[in-house]
Amino acid sequence: MNASAVAQLVPCWSCKGPVASRALFCSVCGAVQGPGAIDHFTRLGLRPTFEIDQDELERQYFGFQRRLHPDRFAAKSAKERALSQSQATALNEAYETLKDPLKRSAYLLSLLDHPVDLTACGTINDPVLLMEQMEKREAIAEADTPDAITRLSAEADTEVLACQCHISAAFAAGDLDEAAHLTIRLKYLVKLADEARTRKTRMTRAMR
Amino acid sequence: MSDGLVLLQLHEPGETPAPHENEKGAAVGIDLGTTNSVVAIAFEGSVEVLRGADGKALIPSVVHYGDDGSVVVGASAREAILDTPDHVVSSIKRLMGRGIEDVKALAGTMPYAVEPNPEGGMVRLRVAGKVLTPVEISADILRAIKARAEEALLGRHVARAVVTVPAYFDDAARTATKDAARLAEIEVLRLVNEPTAAALAYGLENSVEGLYAVYDLGGGTFDISILKMEKGVFQVKATGGDAVLGGDDIDHAVAEHFLAERAGGLGEQTITAGEAKQALMTARVAKECLTSRADGEWMIEVDGKPSRHALDKAALEALAAPFVDRTIDICRAVVEDSGIAVADIQGVVLVGGSTRMPLVRRRVAEFFGRPPLSDINPDEVVAVGAALQAEALTAGSDTLLLDVTPLSLGIETMGGIVEKVIPRNTPIPVAMAQEFTTYQDGQTAMSIHVVQGEREMVSQNRSLARFVLRGIPPMAAGAGRIRVSFQVDADGLLTVSAREMTTGTEANVAVKPSYGLSEDEMADMLRDSLVNARADMDQRLLTEAVVEARRSVLAVRSALGVDGDLLSADERKAVDAAVAAVEAACAGSDRDAVNVAVEDLEQATKAFAERRMDRGIRQALAGVSVDRLDDALGGE
Repeated sequence: MNASAVAQLVPCWSCKGPVASRALFCSVCGAVQGPGAIDHFTRLGLRPTFEIDQDELERQYFGFQRRLHPDRFAAKSAKERALSQSQATALNEAYETLKDPLKRSAYLLSLLDHPVDLTACGTINDPVLLMEQMEKREAIAEADTPDAITRLSAEADTEVLACQCHISAAFAAGDLDEAAHLTIRLKYLVKLADEARTRKTRMTRAMR
Repeated sequence: MSDGLVLLQLHEPGETPAPHENEKGAAVGIDLGTTNSVVAIAFEGSVEVLRGADGKALIPSVVHYGDDGSVVVGASAREAILDTPDHVVSSIKRLMGRGIEDVKALAGTMPYAVEPNPEGGMVRLRVAGKVLTPVEISADILRAIKARAEEALLGRHVARAVVTVPAYFDDAARTATKDAARLAEIEVLRLVNEPTAAALAYGLENSVEGLYAVYDLGGGTFDISILKMEKGVFQVKATGGDAVLGGDDIDHAVAEHFLAERAGGLGEQTITAGEAKQALMTARVAKECLTSRADGEWMIEVDGKPSRHALDKAALEALAAPFVDRTIDICRAVVEDSGIAVADIQGVVLVGGSTRMPLVRRRVAEFFGRPPLSDINPDEVVAVGAALQAEALTAGSDTLLLDVTPLSLGIETMGGIVEKVIPRNTPIPVAMAQEFTTYQDGQTAMSIHVVQGEREMVSQNRSLARFVLRGIPPMAAGAGRIRVSFQVDADGLLTVSAREMTTGTEANVAVKPSYGLSEDEMADMLRDSLVNARADMDQRLLTEAVVEARRSVLAVRSALGVDGDLLSADERKAVDAAVAAVEAACAGSDRDAVNVAVEDLEQATKAFAERRMDRGIRQALAGVSVDRLDDALGGE
């Protein structure tokens, strides 16, 4: 505890006295500090879990932005303005990552040393998932009435929600392999749901 | 407006407003519009829209350039359109950060003589024998706005402002706006998006809370933003629009209708520039009249040849419908993009003079399923919001604006395909990076093309800048890894940098903006236009140095208050003397003296700082709670 507390002390850039490396402001001179290398959950004062209360996330995000946003530092020195911009940028990145279930799941897996690669574009290693996706994509492309596409779009949305529930359960059970597997599945389900929505929009617009 | 709600004046620790506010002059809010501009000022949360001697808030964004070199802005410039059309520029906002091909796309709606620019880049206009950039013309409008404000404030110096821009303005247009302010000797505190400024005005003046849409149809631009407003937070969820769609388009449609009638009636084939300009003015008058009347008749008379034109509401609406339909299509796309159901939107706020048209109100009410709000004058609401934000930035406030990027930012890759780096509707400020690899053996340079837009192909998007990264050490193809970083600040302005990762070589990057002005061009214009450019620059640097010096003194004082016992009496005396020297330098006007005194203070407190770090570590080791140090970490 003590040793780690010492390790976390750095000199404040402004008054040069000791300040915790994770502190937002120096407790002595009040100067804003840099964003520091901390994970997104810690940055927003949240526990690192997949289940997240969206209202709490937003409240925390607003609370930190209220103190750190560049608008608060418009009359300050150039260095303070730059630090506040870095802080606000880090908060935005944390908020954008944790807000989205897919990004949150992938991020949490990487924090838990169990990273999934979501950038591997287009390649599905799982033959079952591959078949399922191809069939559904075809169904969406072939839907030719507004009713049909509306039904498919609703189905796709339901599947996204169901997959999120399964991911939550996998994390709760500590089954990271399953969570990783489902996260890759979620990526394709989200893509499918987007495609269905786009097609639905086009079709209903064409009907008008 | 004068009895508006008083802003909460809460300050975070160490964030009291900077002293000597008055030295920097008044901070105003400026709505720099396509057709009209408005300026306002806030004091303790009450806003006053600054009016001219005629009592009017709107300053027509029209500039007349006289043969004698005179520059006139406003109503009298607009009147001169009929007599000397080639000496008058209007709707210049539509050309901010635009290239020649954009002007071609606007063909017929731009009554300007465009000067070819062999180097490409932003268009140049030929007016009254002069060649001017849209930046210079906007600067002339801003100078007139500044003069109006100083007059209304009884001679108080106005040097800082929040300037609003359409949310859908791209990077080139934003940069051009900031450059214009620089030319007009106005320090831009922040560029704020017009719908966001309007939301701020509604939120603070009318205590509106929840999910709201702001529909902003001005003279030349259309924006739609969806915001969440609660407890002083204004969070933009999604934004969209069209930077070249507005009331002007409706005027042109009506004018064309009149000109076709006139040509038919007089049996003429060609339309003169004078006829076109007068038809446009008549169209504008007719459109405004038909807001409250069912029909009317107008006359166009050029070269002694009169023609009469009857128009009723239904005919006007038929001409305007395609443009209004487009705004509704954009609303639909943005609502879908935000993932919010229309039913969850609690209200829609109307902004911009063009929302006075009954057709617009009807269509907006239809789409959102509720009558729109317009209790704050739609012509003035943006300037009111800008003034409130100007006060918030200079005097402190508890409100918070969280805005987003309106357009995706990306890089050209092989085959002319865009690789998106920052998607649209990402909260700003934002920083993101993408890695690219070299594709040839021994490649020592890589060309980087930055684009903005939603399409897949580079050619369909807007080019922002091209630059070449040089000095890559020769390696096998694919071994060189280039990391390109994008940074968008709170003004929505983009900075791009690139470096080679394998060897860590930081290569130099020279950005040439595709439609902006280069630093050299800006420097030339500043030299030409500012009599006291040099003095102005020096003053700014001095102010910045003094702000920094005062911060140092404050920091040392705070440290002495906590750990002063670490110094002997003699050491303390030396530190106090160094502090006094900085304060003395700040009272003068020599920037170098200020910087030297700050450096001396740093030297004089070096040993003190080391002892403070030692004490901190000793205390931590002794188990003293680090709560004091960990202050401000964790939840609110």
